[in-house]
Amino acid sequence: MTRRRREALLGYALLVPSAAVFATFFFIPLVRLVTTGLHQQNRTGTAERAVGWSRFGEVLTSHDFLDGVRISATYVLYTVPVGVVLGVLLAVAADRRLRGMAVFRAIFSSTVATSAAVASVVFLVLLNPQIGYFSSIDAFSLSDPDTALRGVALSSVWQNLGLTFVIVLAALQAVPDEVREAATLDGYGPVRRLFRVTLPLISPALAFLAVVLVIFALQAFAQVDILTDGGPVGATETLVFKIFNSQQPIDQGTGAIMAIGLFGITLVVSLVQFVLLDRRVHHGR
Amino acid sequence: MGADGRRGRWATAGWYAALTALAVIVLFPAWMTLVRAVSRPRSYLEAGQPPWPVDVQWDVFGRAFSDGDLGRKFLVSGVMTLCIVAAQLVTSVLAAYAFAFLRFPFRRLLFVVFMATLTLPIEVTLIPNVQTVQSLGWLNSYPGLVAPFLATAFGTFLLRQAFLGVPRDLLDASQLDGFGHLAFLHRVVLPVTRPVVASFGVIAFLAAWNQYTWPRAVVTEGDWETVQIGLQTLSNAGAERGNLAYAAALLAAVPVLVLLVVLQRHLVRGLTTGAVKG
Repeated sequence: MTRRRREALLGYALLVPSAAVFATFFFIPLVRLVTTGLHQQNRTGTAERAVGWSRFGEVLTSHDFLDGVRISATYVLYTVPVGVVLGVLLAVAADRRLRGMAVFRAIFSSTVATSAAVASVVFLVLLNPQIGYFSSIDAFSLSDPDTALRGVALSSVWQNLGLTFVIVLAALQAVPDEVREAATLDGYGPVRRLFRVTLPLISPALAFLAVVLVIFALQAFAQVDILTDGGPVGATETLVFKIFNSQQPIDQGTGAIMAIGLFGITLVVSLVQFVLLDRRVHHGR
Repeated sequence: MGADGRRGRWATAGWYAALTALAVIVLFPAWMTLVRAVSRPRSYLEAGQPPWPVDVQWDVFGRAFSDGDLGRKFLVSGVMTLCIVAAQLVTSVLAAYAFAFLRFPFRRLLFVVFMATLTLPIEVTLIPNVQTVQSLGWLNSYPGLVAPFLATAFGTFLLRQAFLGVPRDLLDASQLDGFGHLAFLHRVVLPVTRPVVASFGVIAFLAAWNQYTWPRAVVTEGDWETVQIGLQTLSNAGAERGNLAYAAALLAAVPVLVLLVVLQRHLVRGLTTGAVKG
């Protein structure tokens, strides 16, 4: 066997473990989503009949699906801009030489340790309609269909604080001191220096952060599951929540098509993320 | 000069005030969770729900283990997490080595196919994957909890980038010395890229420990609940057990908090390279 052959065989062998997992749990399921969507099962899953491609159009234009898209999109709007702004606020405040700054930085990054489930229980303490500490604040009431999603979003914003802080602070610290000094010599005050010099310089990191937060928001499930269970009257049924709750045989066809819809949305966002990630790793720190 | 110094002192005081205010806001939700966890529910409500503990009962953390069966959930979470992290390290290192150092037909295409899985969150393939796990008889089991996460394109990508930074001359030199690829990987590549491997390990731990949607879908028996799923069950178990849910939420964050303190640098590096879902 030639050396080249051996090298190629070794290469394939090293890829086999990953490839097996990806085939079983990523690519084959993707195909099965399509076939599941093309069939309607009975209540017990013992029989099914083909329903054809028209089902795709019906589901993707249905009130149920579009409602899920609207609620997921609203969740993105509630969590991403606020998340980026708060991350910048915390990082700018912590990006200076003061005694004891390590303590503040540890506190600001502390919510990195929280999971979506932990953050949800924490906000149950604050927002529980009966006994929550802030249950009298109507703007985030979990029992009002108009505000429940905001309350849920609040838990995500808090949970993401640590991550956004860490990312923005790292970006700020990568800005060379000379750049700031030059801006100061040019007569820029601290505020103008921030908006005209620093923020534009770290905008790639902010864009990356925004895309990550969008993906988090599109995948949010624990928050809804724990805080509202989709209610009140379906007001917090995100796309993922609807997909999760379509596991009964009779619902699976619809659920599968909704999942393909979610895939389409995630695909676009992920492609943006990949370009940003690639750029960061190649040209970043 | 004197006026400048005074202004500097005022500015410093202002920054400390702002930082303290921000710290209080960030910590407040966690503080209130601690308050609610340790306060006896009836006394706390009668006291008008103050932002400090009332009628403190520290045994709530013990009861989270005895009544809330948190020990078993920690075990399930721990075993699941360690299996996922170990498997991801192995599969990602192997795949990354192939992509970085070996030449074979369709290498670029296969890399793109691998990276394509990054666009497929578990939420999209949830229904067919649960069917797969069910047909294998893996509901409520460790294999079911870990199977979809034994490989990761994110890790492969991150490690490949690091491996590409290792000079190819070193490979040629080690081959002249009679070492094969696996020896080169073991003796040169891994020691040189250890910081990146460690960062990836920390991130993998964080993601596995904190994951929710998949375990929620493949666990139907209380005995197989992870800590995260246990939080949902406890928080829905009525007011009496509310305290246990709050205590359990604080305890669930402890392993990651420890990791955060011990491996801070790795965690920060990992988080800033690519974020994970928790």
